[in-house]
Amino acid sequence: MAALILRRILATFVVMTVVAVFVFGMLHFSPGDPAAIIAGDLATSQDVERIREKLGLNQPIWEQFVRWISNVLVGDLGTSIFSDLPVSALIAQRVEPTVALTLTTIVFSVLIAVPLGIVAAWKHGSLVDRLVMGFAVLGFSMPVFVFAYILIWIFAANLQLLPVMGYVSIFDDPGGFLRSIAMPTLALGVTYIALIARITRASMLEAINQDYIRTAYAKGASIPSILFRHALRNASVPIVTTIGVGIALLIGGVVVTESVFAIPGLGRLTVDAILRRDYPVIQGVILLFSGVYVLINLLIDIAYTLLDPRIRY
Amino acid sequence: MAEAVIAPDRARQTGGRFWSGARWLRRHPIILIGLVLLGLMLVMAVLAPLFSTHDPVRLTPTERLRSPSLEHWFGTDHLGRDVYSRVIYGSRISLIVGFSVAALATVLGLAIGLVTGFVRKVDAVIMRIMDGLMAIPAILLAIALISLSESSIENVIIAITIPEVPRMVRLVRGVVLTLREQLFVDAAVSLGAKLPRILIYHITPNTIAPVIVQASYVCASAIIIEAILSFLGAGTPPDIPSWGNIMAEGRTYVMIAPWIVLFPGVFLTLVVLGVNLLGDGLRDTLDPRLRRSTGSI
Repeated sequence: MAALILRRILATFVVMTVVAVFVFGMLHFSPGDPAAIIAGDLATSQDVERIREKLGLNQPIWEQFVRWISNVLVGDLGTSIFSDLPVSALIAQRVEPTVALTLTTIVFSVLIAVPLGIVAAWKHGSLVDRLVMGFAVLGFSMPVFVFAYILIWIFAANLQLLPVMGYVSIFDDPGGFLRSIAMPTLALGVTYIALIARITRASMLEAINQDYIRTAYAKGASIPSILFRHALRNASVPIVTTIGVGIALLIGGVVVTESVFAIPGLGRLTVDAILRRDYPVIQGVILLFSGVYVLINLLIDIAYTLLDPRIRY
Repeated sequence: MAEAVIAPDRARQTGGRFWSGARWLRRHPIILIGLVLLGLMLVMAVLAPLFSTHDPVRLTPTERLRSPSLEHWFGTDHLGRDVYSRVIYGSRISLIVGFSVAALATVLGLAIGLVTGFVRKVDAVIMRIMDGLMAIPAILLAIALISLSESSIENVIIAITIPEVPRMVRLVRGVVLTLREQLFVDAAVSLGAKLPRILIYHITPNTIAPVIVQASYVCASAIIIEAILSFLGAGTPPDIPSWGNIMAEGRTYVMIAPWIVLFPGVFLTLVVLGVNLLGDGLRDTLDPRLRRSTGSI
């Protein structure tokens, strides 16, 4: 089993290396002069030269890569072209709202989606099942920002219950935090809920048709006990995997949601950096998001290697 | 004389085929709804000049931010442009991007997937590259790529295609890996068939069903990502009325003129819903094996 876990960790290293090469290479292998692309259309030739100098773009490409990667490995992601601050400092400033929004969304979505999926599987073919599945398809089809504006229209413009935008830190004012995070969480959660509800239903359906469920019925186990203790436990691996894989979806959604609700998080940082072509920041944020995503999925992998004896082959 | 005998026969046959097609669709209402939604959007996009009531780019400063009325069905935006006509024209961008990305990702995914599935030497290398690409969230990868190139629809299509390719490659490779162990492939090899012939005549036809289903999901996701890119200001050039662009311009006025963001949003959702329903329906009919593992309506 230790060998299996070690293999997973090694595979993760390989993946992150590919990501790093890609993030680095994107700028250099794109058509045109990278310094001119970053400088933008209105730049003078001195501006372009200054950027070339600053980013070390006038050195051989492999030297640039070695320098960049050794800096990244010790946590130095470079310096923002726009604000002259270290990228890691910019990220540190912006990380709290994004972590808060992502965590509330994951908790909220799992609490809604898993019970929905269980009920749909238990009442397979019923009206409830159809409603849940209909909602799942609709949730997949509605882009985050469309749902966000529908929420704004209902709760901010018409009912005037919630603030349209902004973010209040949980450490400053927990009540204000909940009010400011409610709509973003709901908007960001819809696709995620749809995804998890669908996989929960599918894997619960598979579990419910097994012999041990019939045995549990026969010995007189109660319905909740059958659903949660017998079926859900056995159905949990694909559900947890999907919760992990779906985080990629959340990361994409965070960028959009933060933009809609003017939340000063990493998503805003990314969008601002892209509009200003602040390439060191773009590189840093993509590396960070991909790293977090890969790490979470590695942890999930390892967790169920340890928890589920069926996977130890 | 002979023709006169054949003609009514042929007529009956095509009529029969039409009705059997209609009956088949009635038994698959999901596909029917998806086709109708997508068909309506296609008609709207192709015949946009007929459907629209105003010039989608003409500015009428005196008619700014009007609410929906008989004259302006979906109201007007902050420059007095007719939102209904802009939404109609916007369908063109979404459909062009959706179909182009689906086609490109399918061709690239098939080509790379077939080769990696069959040629073991390159498999490990290509799949590690694909794993790396998949570790970068699709929207981030797309906006990063677009930020490095000139803003144009072609570049938007390329930037959205690249993150979609790895999933297609994985799918094709998976199918190829199971197919290559099959008896009919051994038979072809022992008859002296060369690799390209085996790939094209024996393997590819067997990958079509799952690839079509995947292509429909790629199409849906591409339409959403294009809208997101445009909404964030890093997508379709702002002078072209795409749904994402209309919403980006209307976002400042959402509290006083919600129609500018809501109508394109509803159309966006309907198109994606149509494509997704079509995909779900096709998955259930083309590939019954998938039905159990992913769940369906």
